Amino acid sequence: MLPVLDEEVVRHRIAQRIALDFEDGAVVNLGIGIPTLVSDYLPEGVHVMLQTENGVIGAGPKPEVDDLRLIGAGGRCLSLLPGSSIVASDMSFGLIRGGHLDATVLGALEVDSHSNLANWMIPGKMVPGMGGAMDLVTGARAVYVATTHCDKKGRPKLVKECTLPLTGANVVSVVVTEFCLIRKIDGKMVLCEIAPEVTPEELKANTTMEYDVAPDLAPMKGIE
Amino acid sequence: MAHKLIKPVMSAEEAVTHIQPGSSLMVGGFNYAGVPYTLIDALVAQGTDNLHLISNDTLYANDRHPEGIGHGKLVVNGQCRKVTASHVGLNRETQRLFNEGKMELELVPQGSFVERIRCGGFGLGGFLTPTGVGTIHEEGKQVIEVDGKKFILELPLKADVAIIRGYKADRWGNLTYYGTGRNFNPAMATAADLVIAEVDMILAQGDIDPNDVVTPGMLVDILVLKGDGYYASRT
Repeated sequence: MLPVLDEEVVRHRIAQRIALDFEDGAVVNLGIGIPTLVSDYLPEGVHVMLQTENGVIGAGPKPEVDDLRLIGAGGRCLSLLPGSSIVASDMSFGLIRGGHLDATVLGALEVDSHSNLANWMIPGKMVPGMGGAMDLVTGARAVYVATTHCDKKGRPKLVKECTLPLTGANVVSVVVTEFCLIRKIDGKMVLCEIAPEVTPEELKANTTMEYDVAPDLAPMKGIE
Repeated sequence: MAHKLIKPVMSAEEAVTHIQPGSSLMVGGFNYAGVPYTLIDALVAQGTDNLHLISNDTLYANDRHPEGIGHGKLVVNGQCRKVTASHVGLNRETQRLFNEGKMELELVPQGSFVERIRCGGFGLGGFLTPTGVGTIHEEGKQVIEVDGKKFILELPLKADVAIIRGYKADRWGNLTYYGTGRNFNPAMATAADLVIAEVDMILAQGDIDPNDVVTPGMLVDILVLKGDGYYASRT
């Protein structure tokens, strides 16, 4: 069994690690949940343009006074930062599908050895709809998956083969959990960074995803 | 048929009498923003049913708002035979009616949803998109390979009526939008036989700079001033 870390530590660790990957000037779409936290951890001097698929490029934090005419994709009110713009949905998804976004960060139900991602439905249960997720994973230049390593029942979410309906096939670039960072390199999933609480052997024993181990496997960045 | 140059201004109640039972109906909006709340309330009061609702989402229906918010009310009120949307997770009635086989539900990736409407309005026979390739969204659709890359053929989407939400209108029907209320409204204005626009203000001819117009008045048939409902007045 992997150690169980405090839920808040987990969420912030994952968000912080992803933030460290972003370069100044990147245009990024953040999903709901842990992905939203990424913008809190951008390193000094790194400014990214947050895109929301409902039409804002350059979204800022929640304003002091809510205005329902300016909301993000999750329905929360947002502010407009200097340099921002507002576009209609056809332009917004043109930007997404057309490869104009540097990265998108999303959650996962399952992510697998072939960089497939499932995060939009559980057959027989609720059918919320894919929203913009299928377009985002198809069009963004880098797809970051921010997820806890295991689900609430302790089963690994990094699996050999996804069993749930896919959001996208062969689309994931980087997977970050509280215990590791796995990057797709030349089409293969490669363990690049590992957290101090686990050994590579323990991680392997609790991950059914097939991955290689980088020759220069490093401690997970951002953990003090 | 030529459109009238000066657009009629109607009450919401009068405007929705043009929506017939069984119609396909596009409704603008993403979450709370850009929704023609006043027209929807009038349509709920009118009770027109058997509608095919085409909207990005079906807004909210939950414990706090069992009656629904915005076009979520059309679902709760049993006025829809079919919903075409990208996300319905916030309206429990949409999911319940679908799960119980009482309403048809077509889920479309959001980018494909708006592009299908754009195709409908722009005279295109469809488009090829990589979105959804290798997923269950592919099922029942043509997959076409171009230069070694797979694409799904998505077909145009049109409607009998579109009810949209703008910010400023002039009497020619020219429209501007505000904030994230723009979303699907400009695309929907191109893709329906009858377009009814609910707006914050209706100005005299010439009071909107042509450079600022997003939706040209030639696409708009009827203008309605927004009412003072909770969400209409806050968006």
